[in-house]
Amino acid sequence: MSLPKPPSSEVDPFAGLRVATRARIGLGRAGDALPTEALLDFQAAHARARDAVHGVVDFARIAEQLQPLPSLLLRSRAPDRTSYLRRPDWGRRLHADDLPLLTAQRGDYDLALVVADGLSAAAVNAHAAPFIVELLRRIPNWKLAPVVLAQQARVALGDEVAQTLGARLVVVLIGERPGLSIADSLGIYLTWEPHLGRADSERNCISNIHGDGLSYTQAADTLSWLMSEARARHLTGIELKVDAAAALAHAGEQATPLPSLVRHPTPKQKAPGS
Amino acid sequence: MAYHSSLGVNRHRFDDLKTLLACASPRRSGDELAGLAADSDERRVAARHALAELPLRVFLDEALVPYEHDEVTRLIVDSHDAVAFAPVSHMSVGQFRNWLLSYAANTEALTALAPGLTPEMVAAVSKLMRNQDLIAVAAKCRVVSRFRNTLGLPGRLACRLQPNHPTDDPLGIAASTLDGLLFGAGDAVIGLNPAGDSVPDTIRLLEMFDALRQRFDIPTQSCVLAHVTTSLRAMERGAPLDLVFQSIAGSEAANAGFGVNLALLREAREAALGLKRGTVGNDCMYFETGQGSALSANAHHGVDQQTMEVRAYAVARAYQPLLVNTVVGFIGPEYLYDGKQIIRAGLEDHCCGKLLGLPMGVDVCYTNHAEADQDDMDTLLTLLATAGVNFVIAVPGADDVMLSYQSLSYHDVVATRHLMQLRPAPEFETWLAKMGLLDEHGRLPPPGANHRALQQLLALENLPR
Repeated sequence: MSLPKPPSSEVDPFAGLRVATRARIGLGRAGDALPTEALLDFQAAHARARDAVHGVVDFARIAEQLQPLPSLLLRSRAPDRTSYLRRPDWGRRLHADDLPLLTAQRGDYDLALVVADGLSAAAVNAHAAPFIVELLRRIPNWKLAPVVLAQQARVALGDEVAQTLGARLVVVLIGERPGLSIADSLGIYLTWEPHLGRADSERNCISNIHGDGLSYTQAADTLSWLMSEARARHLTGIELKVDAAAALAHAGEQATPLPSLVRHPTPKQKAPGS
Repeated sequence: MAYHSSLGVNRHRFDDLKTLLACASPRRSGDELAGLAADSDERRVAARHALAELPLRVFLDEALVPYEHDEVTRLIVDSHDAVAFAPVSHMSVGQFRNWLLSYAANTEALTALAPGLTPEMVAAVSKLMRNQDLIAVAAKCRVVSRFRNTLGLPGRLACRLQPNHPTDDPLGIAASTLDGLLFGAGDAVIGLNPAGDSVPDTIRLLEMFDALRQRFDIPTQSCVLAHVTTSLRAMERGAPLDLVFQSIAGSEAANAGFGVNLALLREAREAALGLKRGTVGNDCMYFETGQGSALSANAHHGVDQQTMEVRAYAVARAYQPLLVNTVVGFIGPEYLYDGKQIIRAGLEDHCCGKLLGLPMGVDVCYTNHAEADQDDMDTLLTLLATAGVNFVIAVPGADDVMLSYQSLSYHDVVATRHLMQLRPAPEFETWLAKMGLLDEHGRLPPPGANHRALQQLLALENLPR
């Protein structure tokens, strides 16, 4: 998306400030209201965000892109998008009919990868497969379960998936709630010894993977590091976050602010975690 | 004790008081998610019939969340003012609604009554009220609070300027702040949701806002909405902190989920009071709340989300806040599904807060996965302005680039002030006039590119680097 445009008829007094923020500053006024151009820009951004929420992930294409890696398409207990939005609890559990598909693949795995649609089909369509390719280069010796592609799914669905498969660690790639400026942001959640009832505080999260955010390389570097640490120390969550901050700072990566790179999943309230 | 109600051929049974309240609530996704909502429209109205018959006193005798287990219940019960309650103590909930709407319930009567009301009484009566009732009753309440200016006076509409930035970049934050000042926003507070919550970052941001305020001599207060413990540490290190912020909820367990308790809030308030930074008053607390926050922390005790929300206001009123607002549409569609539910909840939250004596504001807002848009926000803002809301929140172009949701635009505040003939806080209004931003009618017209306020505020040497 382009940055909001200044009113065209005058010298733009905000010219020097627009580089510092994506916020819609200096939009000008039509009387007391937004000028038409700014009004329509906003509507276009909102439409993109809504389309991302209500869009459908092309899981068949993702399965193709992941080949020769085997994958499985599964459903949550939320039958459609409306139910998914109203009932987060349904999006956290596997559809009972799909459980046998998973049980048939039970084994002894280091890692289960779950691609969940979440709140942005656009994010999953664009970034899930290329990110997995990037990640796999960094973990050649990990024993990988078939990749699970999950419809109408939330982060916690990965717990049941990995528990059923018999995987010690689960990585869930999921479409993040779209904002007006970014509609295709992918999030990654890492959970050690996943099982039903894991709390969000027991996960680590890497957020903001998209064209203007974290690159696949940056995110895959961080994730593979976190995965090794999780495997060595048998944990994920707050304790790992603190140590990750220290280790990455030590490695001279202060340029990327850590709170946004490796963060603890935050509550929905505007504060304290926001 | 169970409650019964007959409607037509059906007899409805409600096992206990919290079931009755939940079933009487207007339909909303959060109560459905919790499995508490009435399962038919008839049952919902049957519950309202039973609720209307209920004596208000019942709420003093029967706690929805056990006294022994919950410090919020203890606060509510122990601080109840029986003398203030006396004028309505004989009424049923239905009679109480009639009285609230009567001419006898004027501003003075409602102000005197506030300490006699418990949140459960207020939640109960609100469930019998239509949107129009919620507006009419709220409009009669008056709650004035003061720090560097006076908020909540009749004929005024204040605004929190929310200059959020995804990485807390000082220049980016300044850009959004200056843009808002040119719209007359920021009299309620210039309040930033920080991207990080570290003590040094918070101090750095507080110093930046304080320098900006002093440079332009703006009669307002600033706030970095960090966790209360972060604010305490910042104060210990001498940071120029005006207001202590905290998100709060309606049960001890839900507050624990926010990492706070009543004693911690008291400690923070005392620390901020001690700084004596207010000029016209020293109301130094700022709280945010929102329907669904107790449920999302699994700390709702089987009580409906609107009643839990009003219990949060009982927490807030113990600390004489400058500002309280609900973040009504922010919590998500699993709690308030669409524009209709968000609008209803916004009016409920505002009216219930006012009845309990809070300087109530609303973040008129929604997320991109809710069935809502700016048209719904226009409706809610206009209704709230009619209801006399103390303040609303605004961001550049309605787009919060840090929290990824939509609030109001600075434009919306100017438009509503002009349309409804509402003015900013008086001290702030004087400042706007001094900056040359007001015309002879007291309106704030679009400043031209060469306007002196614009030149002055945006001058490069005044900006943080």
